Amino acid sequence: MKNKNLYNYILGIADNSLILGQRLGELCGHGPSLETDIACTNMSLDLLGQVRSYYQYAAKIAGDGRTEDDIAMLRKESEYFNVLLVEQPNTDFGYTMARQFLFDVYHFLMLTELEKSTDLNLSAIAKKSIKEVSYHKRFSSDWINRLGDGTEESHSRIQTAINDLWTYTDELFHQTEADEAMVAEGVGVDVTKLKGAYYEEVNSVLEEATLSVPESKYFQKGGKQGIHTEHMGYLLAELQYMQRTYPNMEW
Amino acid sequence: MSKENQILQPSDNSSLLGKVDGALVSILESISDPEIPVLSIMDMGVVRSAVIENNLVKIEIAPTYSGCPAMDVIGDDIKRAMQKAGYTAEVDLILHPAWTTDWITPRGRKALEDYGIAAPLDAESDKLVLLEGKKLVKCPQCGSTNTKMISQFGSTACKAQFQCEDCLEPFDYFKCLK
Repeated sequence: MKNKNLYNYILGIADNSLILGQRLGELCGHGPSLETDIACTNMSLDLLGQVRSYYQYAAKIAGDGRTEDDIAMLRKESEYFNVLLVEQPNTDFGYTMARQFLFDVYHFLMLTELEKSTDLNLSAIAKKSIKEVSYHKRFSSDWINRLGDGTEESHSRIQTAINDLWTYTDELFHQTEADEAMVAEGVGVDVTKLKGAYYEEVNSVLEEATLSVPESKYFQKGGKQGIHTEHMGYLLAELQYMQRTYPNMEW
Repeated sequence: MSKENQILQPSDNSSLLGKVDGALVSILESISDPEIPVLSIMDMGVVRSAVIENNLVKIEIAPTYSGCPAMDVIGDDIKRAMQKAGYTAEVDLILHPAWTTDWITPRGRKALEDYGIAAPLDAESDKLVLLEGKKLVKCPQCGSTNTKMISQFGSTACKAQFQCEDCLEPFDYFKCLK
């Protein structure tokens, strides 16, 4: 493939949305209330819509006859480059919102920079997506606030979720070789530069929600290299079930 | 997933003037949004250009939300309507400039209200309503602004759920997207 770095760079961004979209989609019909159920599936729909644009572009770059569906459905676990954060299970509504919030703040910052990409396709996708993601961020920040500043029970559970997921936040700011190459070309976003703004925003929401900022300095990584947590296999089994069972089926 | 080609290259001209062939306007106005049947895709601002080249009609549509499933249906509906009128149509999705609720025409806004969906406010008011619970959205049933948000997300990606505290009717509010 001629443009391998660009291809991998796109997957690095898109896979986060695909896997988080799949996680949110799991809540369809299972959300804690009708409104939150609808909200989570709406966000899932936005993310999957964004993913289609990225994968269609990636398929064009690959130029080997694969379609967006092939890229989404037919890779092995080690070929997905999403961060570990987004594949973490729903566990309870606190975890679901904590995961969403910790990703949304990053996602918004990243898209703001991607809008300036010299690659017009990526810039267009970012411009479209950021409008949707700003709603996601509002929604998840609002829930962090409500749960944190809610009852004793909700406070302790959202704090536990934040503490547990904190270990996956640092990976958001790691760069792969493909990322570095794309940053050098003015196509990619230098995510290392987003770290300060990210923690500043996250911490201020946590403080407003009367939650404490975790002090742990130990962070997990691996997703960007295709090394995933034990949850990923189960997620893919469900995501890929139809395509694996009935190869080449079409909707 | 559909096989529509996406054209992502930005086109500089965001104005529709002269970009929709006069002969096609009435055909396009007869096609409605599958999820909001009172709204034509023209009034929705989804059609960005429509030109006839020989016997081929080339149409660009802008998705409202990235994942909006209505876009595939709209693409198919356009092709069917054009075929009926004797044209072969090619439909492309364009992402830039991104669709905004500002493109909904005044007639479209009125159709929304008549149908029971509150039309989008400006960006600033929208924020006050969704984030700070300000009472600015007008109930499409009784006209009262004594309304409250039930959920930021509604029956489709583009709407939020509201309820009127005077007539007690629940209704959809079309969120501002800018």
